[in-house]
Amino acid sequence: MTNPTLPTAVPSDLSLDPVAARGRLVRRLVLLGIGVLAALVLPLVIYPPVASDILAWALFALSVDLLLGFTGLLSFGHAAFWGGSAYVTGIIAIRLGVPFPVAILGGMIFAMAIAVPIGYLSVRRSGIYFAMVTLAFAQMIYFVANQWLDVTGGENGLQGVPVSFFGISAVETDSFTFYYAALVLIVIGMVAGWRIVHSPFGRVLTAIRDNSARARALGYDVERYKLIAFVLSAGLAGLAGGVFTISHGFVSLQEVDWPTSGKVVLMTVIGGIGTLWGGAIGAAVIVLLEDQLSSSGFEGTGIITGAIFIIVVLLFRRGIWGTAQNGFDRIRRALAVRAQRKRNGDSAVATRIDDGS
Amino acid sequence: MLDIAGLSASYGEAHVLNDVSLTVKPGEVVTLVGRNGAGKTTLLRAVMGLHRDIEGSISFAGRRIERLSPNARARAGIGWVPDDRGIYASLTVAENLTLPPVVHESAWSTEKIYEAFPVLALRRSSMGTQLSGGEQQMLAIARVLRMGSRLLLLDEPSEGLAPVIVQRIAEIIREITTHDIAVLLIEQNVKFATTVADRHYLLAQGRIVETLDNASFQAREPELLKHLGI
Repeated sequence: MTNPTLPTAVPSDLSLDPVAARGRLVRRLVLLGIGVLAALVLPLVIYPPVASDILAWALFALSVDLLLGFTGLLSFGHAAFWGGSAYVTGIIAIRLGVPFPVAILGGMIFAMAIAVPIGYLSVRRSGIYFAMVTLAFAQMIYFVANQWLDVTGGENGLQGVPVSFFGISAVETDSFTFYYAALVLIVIGMVAGWRIVHSPFGRVLTAIRDNSARARALGYDVERYKLIAFVLSAGLAGLAGGVFTISHGFVSLQEVDWPTSGKVVLMTVIGGIGTLWGGAIGAAVIVLLEDQLSSSGFEGTGIITGAIFIIVVLLFRRGIWGTAQNGFDRIRRALAVRAQRKRNGDSAVATRIDDGS
Repeated sequence: MLDIAGLSASYGEAHVLNDVSLTVKPGEVVTLVGRNGAGKTTLLRAVMGLHRDIEGSISFAGRRIERLSPNARARAGIGWVPDDRGIYASLTVAENLTLPPVVHESAWSTEKIYEAFPVLALRRSSMGTQLSGGEQQMLAIARVLRMGSRLLLLDEPSEGLAPVIVQRIAEIIREITTHDIAVLLIEQNVKFATTVADRHYLLAQGRIVETLDNASFQAREPELLKHLGI
């Protein structure tokens, strides 16, 4: 006999199904484990400065995804925050000789400070206009960096940014140990990004992304929320740019130039928009690819990254992370259906035996 | 609670509302009845502040609101339930419910909501997309009740729903008005309108052509239906 209150079919509402909920939790823990492991062994398998580059770009891509994937704003001027922070971090480190996390904090604050007026003026626009306004502001920052020779070094950039870390020479002189110090800062930034997305504030951002008029009618000042998201995103981009500067020991004009804004959007798209962690995958792919190509003497890196971008956009709209997630979901659902069928099959057999007795 | 005087609205050159005046008192359910294109949805959107191209005055709880932003109006106590229900597909039922801010002390607690809408309690961790039309409608109404909105603007709440669910929504509307909440609703379903409403405004070509209490509306129903073409 079957109990009539028990559902016999596969529950349509997977979120209420305890098996599915446990599956999700397992998946999350497994992914977290893989992520932690990958981050820890990365400098063992690749050249440590390249590993540090991946860290910085991963957080930079996450900051872009916070806007693009979770607020629906495509910023094409994030180089202003990454590069602006790079300069300020470099200047503080050179002139004051403070431990590098302090210098990076200064760069981050600078990035957030310039994001307030830039964001205030650009969040009133959306779509291509928002992208163009942010690009225009970023170009202004580039112009300042290029012209203000006394402070930024113009085309020569800032050379000799020291790594000062409370006198611990292992971190200060060894790029392998430095990686782990940088990892701590990047993880703090990533956890902050995750908290933002999964907070009530993050849900309002999602609501604004999906339908801003509706969010407004529910009582939310859409522009203010977008501005806060913009400034928070700039802060994370600034943190990433600061780490990048300390890792390299110099700041070049390239950091505030527009191809940098394009590159980080590219990483976010390849990794998967709206996945938060996809950007880290995108960053790893692009940084490693550029490193391989340039060390093999190939000059046309853009052709390869451009081709990858086209392939991802045309075939894998949800990026590497999103596509993998889809595949995983499909497998899980197929397994659930099979397990259910098996259970039904068993009970049918049991019923036949009952009838026979 | 809501006083509209001499309201005109247009989309560029096209005038959609002409010199509309109406009132909704606390605890009252008022419907806007009229053909498609008569300007009903525009009227609701103008009250919510989503349609800005207007003239005339809109007062809510004794305060002029026509210059306020939609979010300020929502916080003042106007709750909008759009005809597409406005449920966020990427949020769960519980998240949809608790997304908006609480704007008034009379706001329903989530416990009270789940008591009044058991189906939402059952599906609280479902995604917005997994709900049926009736469930979405209930969630949309529950959401503004949880905000504590004092005036609900309902755009065709019965549209596309099974009769038993329509009846349930009628009961809910009657229940909430006992708490002095006012309801202004658009309705094509005349049976539903006459079950819930105290008064009716007949709208044709952007003007109010008649104001009727429920009894006289019912008495003249066939004639009015023919006149309105619904």
